[in-house]
Amino acid sequence: MSDVTTTPGLVSGTTQPKRDIGIKKRYAAERRFKLYGLLAISIGILFLLLLMWSVISKGYTAFQQTAINLPITFSEDIIDPKKERATNPQVLMMANYPRLARDGLLAELGIDPTDKKNRKLVRAAGKMVSAGSRVQLRELVVADPSLIGKTIPVWVLASGDVDSAFKGQVDLSVEEKRRKISDQQVAWMNQLAEDGTLVKRFNTGLFTFGASSRPETAGVGVAIIGSLYMMLIVLVLALPIGVAASIYLEEFAPKNRWTDMIEVNINNLAAVPSIVFGLLGLAVFINFAGLPRSASLVGGLVLTLMTLPTIIIATRAALKAVPPSIRAAALGVGASRTQMVFHHVLPLAAPGILTGTIIGLAQALGETAPLLLIGMVAFVVGYPSSPMDPATALPVQIFMWANEAERGFVERTSGAIIILLGFLAVMNITAILLRRRFERRW
Amino acid sequence: MNIMSEAAVEETLANRVAEEQAPVKMLCRNVSVHYGADQALYDVDLDVGEHQVTALIGPSGCGKSTFLRCLNRMNDTIDICKVSGDIRLDGEDIYSPSIDVVELRANVGMVFQKPNPFPKSIYENVAYGPRIHGLASSKAEFDEIVEKSLTRAGLFEEVKDRLQSPGTGLSGGQQQRLCIARAIAVGPQVILMDEPCSALDPIATARVEELIDELRQKYTIVIVTHSMQQAARVSQRTAMFHLGKLVEEGATDKMFTNPDDQRTQDYITGRFG
Repeated sequence: MSDVTTTPGLVSGTTQPKRDIGIKKRYAAERRFKLYGLLAISIGILFLLLLMWSVISKGYTAFQQTAINLPITFSEDIIDPKKERATNPQVLMMANYPRLARDGLLAELGIDPTDKKNRKLVRAAGKMVSAGSRVQLRELVVADPSLIGKTIPVWVLASGDVDSAFKGQVDLSVEEKRRKISDQQVAWMNQLAEDGTLVKRFNTGLFTFGASSRPETAGVGVAIIGSLYMMLIVLVLALPIGVAASIYLEEFAPKNRWTDMIEVNINNLAAVPSIVFGLLGLAVFINFAGLPRSASLVGGLVLTLMTLPTIIIATRAALKAVPPSIRAAALGVGASRTQMVFHHVLPLAAPGILTGTIIGLAQALGETAPLLLIGMVAFVVGYPSSPMDPATALPVQIFMWANEAERGFVERTSGAIIILLGFLAVMNITAILLRRRFERRW
Repeated sequence: MNIMSEAAVEETLANRVAEEQAPVKMLCRNVSVHYGADQALYDVDLDVGEHQVTALIGPSGCGKSTFLRCLNRMNDTIDICKVSGDIRLDGEDIYSPSIDVVELRANVGMVFQKPNPFPKSIYENVAYGPRIHGLASSKAEFDEIVEKSLTRAGLFEEVKDRLQSPGTGLSGGQQQRLCIARAIAVGPQVILMDEPCSALDPIATARVEELIDELRQKYTIVIVTHSMQQAARVSQRTAMFHLGKLVEEGATDKMFTNPDDQRTQDYITGRFG
């Protein structure tokens, strides 16, 4: 060793001329590429934030609803003037409940409804209470007829215009005639708010109500039930069919021209525009099979067709990712092909299959176009009791609300988008957690 | 052509019976394998003696693994692979339609190049084969099979306290011995080993080689190896493959000291391959 350093000829005294192998250029190219990447990601994040900000800033108010705490007198003279409710139960259904709410508000404001001079004021006050009070008060009375004749405090929804004004969404500097809420009503609103009788409360109705032409009584309840039915149908049909098809194609089918063609077509099917599936559903399930329009059953079937390719592609990828050595090991100890698949390959592919399924479901949950064609864009007030009943879906509800003109629907559209995004986020997080939980390494 | 003549086969068999008293366990005649249009094996005639270790040697791509995989029909899983010729286990044609491939693989076990335990517990790895073949019914019977197999594979002492921990958590050498235990748990007559030590360190290799020698008492073993030393250490008979043909086959001692074929000579002395 030592004589190497002492031998003069081997000491690199004569430094070789430095070769130009383009190091600087290469590093510059790398830096540039990194910069482009960062730029692309930043633009992506920027747009995402912009989207979230616009939806949330418009939509968060939808989760609050203005309500007025009114002392409601369940006057027999108004509900049942002819005193025939014992014989005719229809009376309780037909009674003029909005008047009870209006009178309650007038009492709170100290206006005498019987005074003819106050007629204008009475009408203006009546418009401050939501017409939804009809259903609300009716349900109270029907549930407990002994309320008649008593006075109890009830939280009644404020009308959509008051709600919008109270949330500051109405420009009060506009000339009075050109806005839907009068100065008098604004004054009352402020007075009631000061008393603490008019407040913003959490809007449970947004989650429970069905369709309504009044924003304050419109909710996504029916849409959530409809979407839930459809997701169940998609899960029950698409998962077993998709997984069975993938297992057959991946593990059992011979590799020939036919299976190649099937594979190409499955991949193509995944790229077919969703509205085409809607037309197919309309033709096959409604016109040919005679299933009811607007039913979540048909929606579920159409979405199943749409989700199948996604699930098949994801499942095949998951099956392919199971190392061949596991298959060889199973066959080597004498397992049959079916045992190999169901004892070893499928359990190992399960996380990937689950992830693919959930992502397919999430896709189906957000799908709108095919549902429009099979009539799920409908005004459904009552909850569907089975998948055969008319229903809507969350994205369709958003679509319908986006077409409404009233101010209250603008925030509700964004609010429903937040709910939909919430569901999607939950599903995707579930997919990630499942994958983390069951992922195996070998 | 380098196929052994019938006379040569008979002579070999006669020698074997005379020298080692080993009856023929597996008999292979004119075995050819095609992958699509490519031929991988050309008319291989080879016999595997009972309770012997037969080593298959030869340079990479010479067809020795392909031949090994013919012996338990693992080649069936490859669509384009076509096997022709006659392979018999105890006189029975293993490619005849009356033979069930599952039953065959229960009798001819396999250990692979890379340790491939199931991503399950050690216990489950060993108990899986007996379970699907219905070799045991009660927990006690399974426990016995697992313990016996692991003991025979020389692994039981190391893992007896953690039978429920995953088999993939063992070291490479332990994993390979687990795979051997898994293969013998089914109660095979023949065990095929495809370069079982190529992924192991020298200590684990020595351990597995010792094991192979012990297993010879109960099983017939065919082993593919790239290590000349290993073939010399563990096998009684050696077959040399080259370019899909069986070059030479004979007693290991003779093959490594005085081979008949120049290519064998060159290969074992490291001049090619």
